[in-house]
Amino acid sequence: STVAVLVFTSIHNFGHYEFQLEEEEEEEEEEEDDKFDIHVSVKDPEKIGNCVFQTTLSMFRNKTFTVRRRFSDFLGLYEKLSEKHGPNGFIVPPPPEKSILGMTKVKVGKEDSSSTDFVERRRGALERYLQRVVNHPSLLQDPDVREFLEREELPRAVSTQALSGAGFLKMLNRATDAVSKMTIKMNESDVWFEEKLQEVESADQQFRKLHALVETLVVHRKELSLNTASFAKSAAMLGSAEDNTALSRALSQLAEVEDKMEQLHQDQAENDTFCFAELIADYIRLLGAVRGSFDHRMKAWQRWQDAQTMLQKKRETEAKLLWANKPDKLQLAKEEIAEWEAKVTQYERDFERVSATVRKEVIHFEKQKAKNFKRQIINYLESLLQSQQQLIKYWEAFLPEAKAIA
Amino acid sequence: MMEEAKEETSALSVHGHNIQVTEVLKDGDTLTFLIVSPKLSGTGEYHVHRTYEDFEWMQQHLFSQEDVPGIQGVIFPPLPAKAQANPSAKVMKQLGVLGLGEWQPYCKALEAYLQQVASHRVLCKNKAVEIFLTSSDPPGKQRVKKNIFNRLSQAVEEMRKESHKDVDGFFQTERDQNLIVTGCAKNAAERFLDVMQTEQKIAVACGHFSAALHLCVEPGEDPDKQAFSKVCVKLSEVFDSMKKNMMTVAKNNVNTLGLGLDLESRYQEAEKEMLFRRTCKLVELESARRNADKAKPVKKAAMEEVKKAAETEFNQICGVAKEEIAQFKGIRMAALQQALVQWCEQQLLTAKESADQFNQHLQAFRGMAY
Repeated sequence: STVAVLVFTSIHNFGHYEFQLEEEEEEEEEEEDDKFDIHVSVKDPEKIGNCVFQTTLSMFRNKTFTVRRRFSDFLGLYEKLSEKHGPNGFIVPPPPEKSILGMTKVKVGKEDSSSTDFVERRRGALERYLQRVVNHPSLLQDPDVREFLEREELPRAVSTQALSGAGFLKMLNRATDAVSKMTIKMNESDVWFEEKLQEVESADQQFRKLHALVETLVVHRKELSLNTASFAKSAAMLGSAEDNTALSRALSQLAEVEDKMEQLHQDQAENDTFCFAELIADYIRLLGAVRGSFDHRMKAWQRWQDAQTMLQKKRETEAKLLWANKPDKLQLAKEEIAEWEAKVTQYERDFERVSATVRKEVIHFEKQKAKNFKRQIINYLESLLQSQQQLIKYWEAFLPEAKAIA
Repeated sequence: MMEEAKEETSALSVHGHNIQVTEVLKDGDTLTFLIVSPKLSGTGEYHVHRTYEDFEWMQQHLFSQEDVPGIQGVIFPPLPAKAQANPSAKVMKQLGVLGLGEWQPYCKALEAYLQQVASHRVLCKNKAVEIFLTSSDPPGKQRVKKNIFNRLSQAVEEMRKESHKDVDGFFQTERDQNLIVTGCAKNAAERFLDVMQTEQKIAVACGHFSAALHLCVEPGEDPDKQAFSKVCVKLSEVFDSMKKNMMTVAKNNVNTLGLGLDLESRYQEAEKEMLFRRTCKLVELESARRNADKAKPVKKAAMEEVKKAAETEFNQICGVAKEEIAQFKGIRMAALQQALVQWCEQQLLTAKESADQFNQHLQAFRGMAY
C-alpha cells in the first residue's frame, strides 16, 4: 500500500506551480491516513493572472510525470467532490477562495511584498488543500481526484461562482437556518449533533477573532521591520557625520546590526503569517465545510420527514377510498403506499448513514485539529528560537565595538 | 581665570555625580519629583521635592548670571521639556522617548540634567543650585529678570546671523560640524522612537492573541477536545512570553539608547545655542568696530569705549567656549559609550533569557502526547 507526504520546495517567481506526486513505502507507525509526497515549485507565468500548476505523479516508485493545473481547476475539483460526497455527510475540504473573504486585504498584481505574500499564501493553501483531499480515504478513491492528479489537460471548470465570497457565505448561513427550522423533539443522537453544531459555530467565531489578531500582529511586525531599516539609515548618517573614529565606527556597526535585525523582523512576520494566519484561515474554511456537512444531514432528515408526511397522506387517501368503495383507485393507492413505505425506509436508512458519516468525520476532524495545531506550533517555535539565537550572535558581536569607544 | 576656578573649593555641599531623582508623585495636574543628593561631608542625604517650575527657576538663575565673565560661552546642560501629569498629544510628541514608560525615563533625564549642572565648574557655583538641591522649602517663586538667553524672544531677522561667517577657523569648523550632527542626532532619536513605539504595539498584539486563545478552551471529558484545549492554553503561554519579551526589549531600548540619543540630540542643540550666542556677539563686535571707525570726532571716544567693551566680552566668551567645547566632547563621548554598552548588554541578556523561555515552550510542546 502507498503512503505519501506533502513537502515544499523553493519559490522562484510569480506564476505557475509544479507538484510532484511520489509514492513511497508505508510507514507503519503512522495512522491509516494516506499521504502523498508533493514537491512544489514555481516557474515563470504563462499567462498574466493565470496560475498554472504542474503535478508530477509517480505511479511506480521513482517514476514521475507532470500535469498543469489552473487555479480554477482546483475550484472545479471541489465543485465535483462537493456535489458527489457532500450529501453523504463527508466533510469535503474547501479550496482557498479567489479573494480571502472578510479576512485580509489582498493586493493582486502589484510588484511588492504583498504580491509575493499573496503568491506564497495561495501556493501554500492549494498545497494543503490537495493534501487534505488525498488524505481522505474515500475522496482518494474518487475518479475525479485521480483524473485531477493524472490527466494531461483538464477541460475548463465552469460555474465556480459558488466559491466566490457571496456563495460561500450563503453556504455557511444555510446550516444555521436549518437548525432553527428543526422544531420536533430530539432524541439522544440529535442532542450530540446540536451540541457539536454549537461548538462549531463558537469555534468559527473564535477563529475569526484569532485570525484578525494575528493579521494585526503581522502588520505591526512589518512596520517594525520598516522602522528598523529607517533607524539603521539614521544611525549610519550619524556615524559618518561623527569625527571621532571609535565612535564613528561603533555607530556604523550599530547601523549594520539594525539592518540585520530588520531582516529578522521580516522573517518573524512571515513566520507569524504562515504558521498561524494561514492555519487559522484554513480552519475557518474547514469549519464552514463542517457546517456544510451538518446542513446535508439536515437535508437528509428533511427528505425522510417529507416522505413520512407523504406516506401519511397516502394512507389517509386509502382510508377515504375504502369508504368511497372505488376498487381501482384503491389498488393504485395501495401501490403508492407501498412505494412510499419503501422510500421512508430508504430515507431513514440514508439519514442514519449520513448521520453516522458526519459523526465519524467530525470526530476525525477534531483529532486532526489538535495534531495540526501542535505541529504548526512546533514549527513556529523552532523558527522563533532560531531567530532568537541569531539575535544573540548579533549582540555578542556588537558588544566589543561599543566597549571600544573612548 | 582657569587657575582661579581650580583653586576654589566646591560651591556645593553635595556629590554632584550621585544626585538621584528617585520618585515622581502625581497630584492632580502637578508632577512632583523627589531629589536625593548625598552630602559631601559626613553621611546622609538631602531629600527635596521639586516641581518643574522649580527646575525652571534654577535654570533662569543660571541664564541670568551677567556678572560671570564669558557666561554666554557656556554650553548649558539641557533641561528636558515640561511634562504634564495628563499630557496632551502635542506635549507627548515634544517629549519623545521621555514621554514613554510612566515617567521613569523622564526622571532619568532630569537626574542627568542635575548631575550635569552640579558637576559644571562654572554653574555649580551659583547659589540657586545649592538652594535647589538642599533647601527643604521650595525655592523662591519670584520671577527673575528677563534672561538674556531666551532664544524664542529673538526676532526672526536675528536667525540670519546663524550663517554669519566666522573669523576663527576653529569655531567655523565647530559650527559646521555641530549643524550636521544636531540634525543627524535628532533624526536618529526620532527614528528610534518609532521603533520603540512599534515594539510596544507588538507586545499589546501578542497580549490580545494570548487572551483570545483562552476563549478557545473547550470544556468536557472528550480527549480530543482536551488535547486541543491544552494546545490553546500552552500557545497562550507562548504568546504571553513573547509579549513579556517584547516589553522588556522596548524597555531596554528606552532606558539606554533611547535616553542616550535623546540626550545627545538635546545637548547638541545646547552647543548650537552657545555657538549662536557667540556668533551674535561677533556680529555686535564687528558692528561696534565699524561704528568706532566711522564715528565723528565728537562721538569717537564713546564709540571706542563701546568697541573695547565688546572686544573684551567677545574674547571672554571665546575663551570659555573653547573650554566648554573640550569638556562637552568628553561628556558626550562618555554618555554615548555608556548608552551603547548598556544597551547591548541589556539586550543580550534579554535575548538569552527569551531564548531559554522559548526553548522550554518548544520542549513542552514536543513532549505533549499526540
